[in-house]
Amino acid sequence: MDTLKSPLLLKKGAEANLYLGVWHSRKAVFKKRVVKLYRPAKLDVAIRVYRTVHEPQLMHEAKKVGVPTPVIFLVDVKNATIVMQYIEGKQVKQLLGDISGSKRGQLCFGIGQSIAKLHCAGLIHGDLTTSNMIVGLDGRVFFVDFGLAEKSVELEAKGVDLHLMKRALESTHYRFADSCYKSVIDGYGSVVGLEKLGNVLDKIREIEKRGRYVAERKREEFSD
Amino acid sequence: MKKADQSYCLGIESTADDFSVGISTFKGRILANIIDAYVPPEGGIHPREAARHHADVAGRVLREAFSKCGIRPRDLSVIAFSQGPGLGPCLRTGATVARALASYLDVPLVGVNHCVAHVEMGRLITAAKDPVTLYVSGGNTMVVAFDSGRYRVFGETLDVALGNCLDVFAREAGLHQSRGVPFGAIVEKLAFEGKKLIPLPYVVKGMDISLSGLLTAATALLKKGECRLEDLCYSLQETTFSMVTEVTERALAHTGKEELLLTGGVAANKRLQSMIRAVADEHGVRFDVVQTEFAIDNGAMIAWAGVLAYTHGVVTPIAKSFVKLRWRLEEVEVPWIR
Repeated sequence: MDTLKSPLLLKKGAEANLYLGVWHSRKAVFKKRVVKLYRPAKLDVAIRVYRTVHEPQLMHEAKKVGVPTPVIFLVDVKNATIVMQYIEGKQVKQLLGDISGSKRGQLCFGIGQSIAKLHCAGLIHGDLTTSNMIVGLDGRVFFVDFGLAEKSVELEAKGVDLHLMKRALESTHYRFADSCYKSVIDGYGSVVGLEKLGNVLDKIREIEKRGRYVAERKREEFSD
Repeated sequence: MKKADQSYCLGIESTADDFSVGISTFKGRILANIIDAYVPPEGGIHPREAARHHADVAGRVLREAFSKCGIRPRDLSVIAFSQGPGLGPCLRTGATVARALASYLDVPLVGVNHCVAHVEMGRLITAAKDPVTLYVSGGNTMVVAFDSGRYRVFGETLDVALGNCLDVFAREAGLHQSRGVPFGAIVEKLAFEGKKLIPLPYVVKGMDISLSGLLTAATALLKKGECRLEDLCYSLQETTFSMVTEVTERALAHTGKEELLLTGGVAANKRLQSMIRAVADEHGVRFDVVQTEFAIDNGAMIAWAGVLAYTHGVVTPIAKSFVKLRWRLEEVEVPWIR
């Protein structure tokens, strides 16, 4: 990382540290996956290398189907570091509480459309939280952190992906989680069509029932 | 009005294989915590057999609890019971005992959420204020933190619970459980002799984990007979513990809290403790592990959570005291914080 001069730690994440630096006179983010001493070295290296290699590949594929992601400048496998474009803007997480209900609806609708585009291309983000979406200065919503993304056309994977989005909204934006999620689903449906939307919603219900002690299952099996 | 330290709540826990009675003062002094575990002769917990065990031991466990602290049933101010989540027949047995006591003594009844009780007991015992809690047991695997009036689940298993995963593997390996020595402890001991890390599916999806595929893969390798059992136990522990540790770290980074709390039956595992402690150290936050007596299913935690609820206006009329098999902890309002 010799090109990273006076690195400024942007964020100490759970698995990676994000540094703000300069890459050939461009403002860049250096995402370095750090060694986790709690797990065995062999497992640690395998996880970090796998994620460092796969993340840029999937980000590139996302771009191809029209979902904005940061431009990749360099993949440094040895140091488990990805150098990418710095996106000027605000996290959706920070924005959601500050904007009007209709703006919030529009934003979530667009997010749903982007998720659908990813899914149609067999891309599963794997960590759809509102901190992983950045509204750029031009208003486009960039998806970042593809560290847990995978390629899959399985309905199961799509269902879990959307379920996670719902969970993220519920745990961080419980006040308007329901309306946000509804807009996300509307946006998703506008891209995939009613039939596929129905399939994925059925799948989400099944996943939620499979999870332990889910309220919905309780209502259905209400016994005492 | 009696003083808080002379007002008592009796708690009954019966969500799964343990029947337990605890008594707490309104100030959180634990006076009794008697636990009687059902150990199946073979296989897993059969809900009906466990419930029968609970009914058999209920009277004796209650008597023991009273004689331990020298108070009389008439001294109680409130009865709390674990209303869910858990196994139906087991929950109903505990609920029946609680209803009978409350109506006979003519004191209020409070239904307590089992998962909330685990977290509250952890906070009481360790004096943690506002932690991210990893609660890992035979029936539950979740990362929980308080946010705006309720506990929220920040990550959980999408299928099998961590303790259940270890239990099933141990049974498949033909290991035998004895009273006082859970399967987890046997696997931990074997894992200690393991050296080789055998690749197993590592499945983290966002903040959630999935263990069912890993369990199938580990069991298949076991049946093939090409791996040492010690190595398999070691790999099973290292891989599953790394997964829960990763999601715990994610929740910690996401919430920005300054304490990490480990509780539940699997919290007794030293290797898991060391992994979670390493995360706490890296993030410069406080780490606490709840001692086993209060980390496994126990009546004291129900009594204490009952005190918190009752003193903040929560009561459960007997007519509405049906058990809730799948009661999620984020459904519970927590008026005693802030």
